[in-house]
Amino acid sequence: MAPGMDWQAICLSLELATLTTAALLILGLPLAYWLAFSRRRWKFLVEAVVAMPLVLPPTVLGFYLLMAMGPRSPLGRAWEDLVGHTLPFSFEGLLLASVLYSLPFMIQPLAAAFASVDRGLIEASWCLGESRFRTFFRVIAPLSWAGILTGLVLSFAHTLGEFGVVLMVGGNLPGRTRTVSIAIYDQVQAMDYAPAARTAALLLGVSFLVLTFTYALRRHQRKPWTLI
Amino acid sequence: MDPHLISDAERRFRGGTTVEARFEIPRPGFSVTVLFGPSGSGKTTALRLLAGLERADRGAIRFDGTAWSDADRGVHQPPQARDLGFLPQAYHLFPHLSVAANLGYGLASLNAHERNARVGELLTLLDLKGLEARHPGELSGGQQQRVALGRALARRPRLLLLDEPLSALDRPSQLRLRKELRDLLRALDIPTVLVTHDRAEALQLGDRLVVMDQGRVCQSGDIQQVFDRPTDPAVARILGVETVVRGRVEAISDGMVTVSVGPARILAADPGSLGAHAFVCVRGEDVAVERGCGPSPGTTARNRLPARITALHHEGSLIRISLDCGFPLESLVTRQACVDLGLAEGDQVCAILKAAAVHLIPHD
Repeated sequence: MAPGMDWQAICLSLELATLTTAALLILGLPLAYWLAFSRRRWKFLVEAVVAMPLVLPPTVLGFYLLMAMGPRSPLGRAWEDLVGHTLPFSFEGLLLASVLYSLPFMIQPLAAAFASVDRGLIEASWCLGESRFRTFFRVIAPLSWAGILTGLVLSFAHTLGEFGVVLMVGGNLPGRTRTVSIAIYDQVQAMDYAPAARTAALLLGVSFLVLTFTYALRRHQRKPWTLI
Repeated sequence: MDPHLISDAERRFRGGTTVEARFEIPRPGFSVTVLFGPSGSGKTTALRLLAGLERADRGAIRFDGTAWSDADRGVHQPPQARDLGFLPQAYHLFPHLSVAANLGYGLASLNAHERNARVGELLTLLDLKGLEARHPGELSGGQQQRVALGRALARRPRLLLLDEPLSALDRPSQLRLRKELRDLLRALDIPTVLVTHDRAEALQLGDRLVVMDQGRVCQSGDIQQVFDRPTDPAVARILGVETVVRGRVEAISDGMVTVSVGPARILAADPGSLGAHAFVCVRGEDVAVERGCGPSPGTTARNRLPARITALHHEGSLIRISLDCGFPLESLVTRQACVDLGLAEGDQVCAILKAAAVHLIPHD
């Protein structure tokens, strides 16, 4: 094991990224389905809200999340009554923030993939007696595998590398909220360049590997060069 | 007794287009109702109204005593509840599933054993044995068509909807499959609604004809009646200018067929796959008119039919002569020719047509 690397932070980041991706998949499938197929006039409003984290500075998002989770907000009080500790500066708070921050990275590839499934295939399934719910799992989801894979990979990689939101909402508590990007920042602040370089190289390698893997699997898709 | 299917429904699109599905299927069991008309006439939308893929804005559709759709009462049964087989024009086979999985797709309620047995039956019925593991992308157009038909038949639906079932195939396959398709539908004994813009296909496959134009049903009824007596010029224009009469095949020899229509006998080239009956189609411009009907040594035309002129209609520089030679026949001649011969209503003449200009369409 390389000396000086903050393995606790690395493990925490992996755990956070895995749980965030899982939560986003469960949340993302129905939301992306709705965005892809709904004909509501106000759909564009939901689309804009979902895309917000793409353009908002992480500190701004983090600030509002901190306010929303704080002991003076209904959410913060309800959480504290329920589990006994506050939501900010806890792993659960960090998870909630990560889910919101990475939302567009899951929703947009999913919705784009669902919307590009030939409408005639969906109707053919309905005419063969299959409900909308079963049609989703038998036709839409299998034909959208590339979009689902892209959403999973981007959400995972994006959560692994997040910094601003973590700092605002999670702080820097070893073993609870200190993620790998914060560990690197700490090491650089402490002029501890050697472990910072090794940790940074690890993140770079992981990011490159998952993206290479994704593009390789998608290379026969119609537009392999755009992930979203 | 009420008709098996009564459809009087309408779909209004934004921009003012309206399409109606207004026709009946009188009885259960085998019969083919053809929705016929030029492209853009609303045939496919009418079929989608029946399937439940479009919601009717007005009117109702009742099938076998059940309201599938009733706009006044807010009733709209989804496609899943209608128990029908739908063959879309582009087939829409599931590209990620094998032939066998496509055929068995609608059979999720059966157990694996029953499902495999049903898929096996379909593979045999549609001559797809040996292709069950292939994916749709690895099939020819004709094979895809048969898989799509098999998938629609798998659930033993109570009504079959076919949208241009043969139009994606090359011409020789179309001609071969028309006969096969009608024989198959007869054997399955399912009422069928079929959309086509091809007159020969309509004649060969259909029992009842629904003529559509610009979203409206212009005329519907027995196929021979509609061709015999189009209610207005629009219908006649859509059906084409041909004379279409049903005849009995009397003899086939040397590639030539003798067909009797009423008292007349007509000689024509053998199109192949003829049964006992055929529709005889003749274009007005292929029928010449002569005074006197004795044998003429100086012509290659094989058909000389005694006829009486029942009407003369001016159509620009041409005149349409309606003839009665035991069956109604139309002839299109120049105004000058008509004047030179001094033709008038009631005259006895001879209608002449080349055997090569008589087009036979099998219909049993």
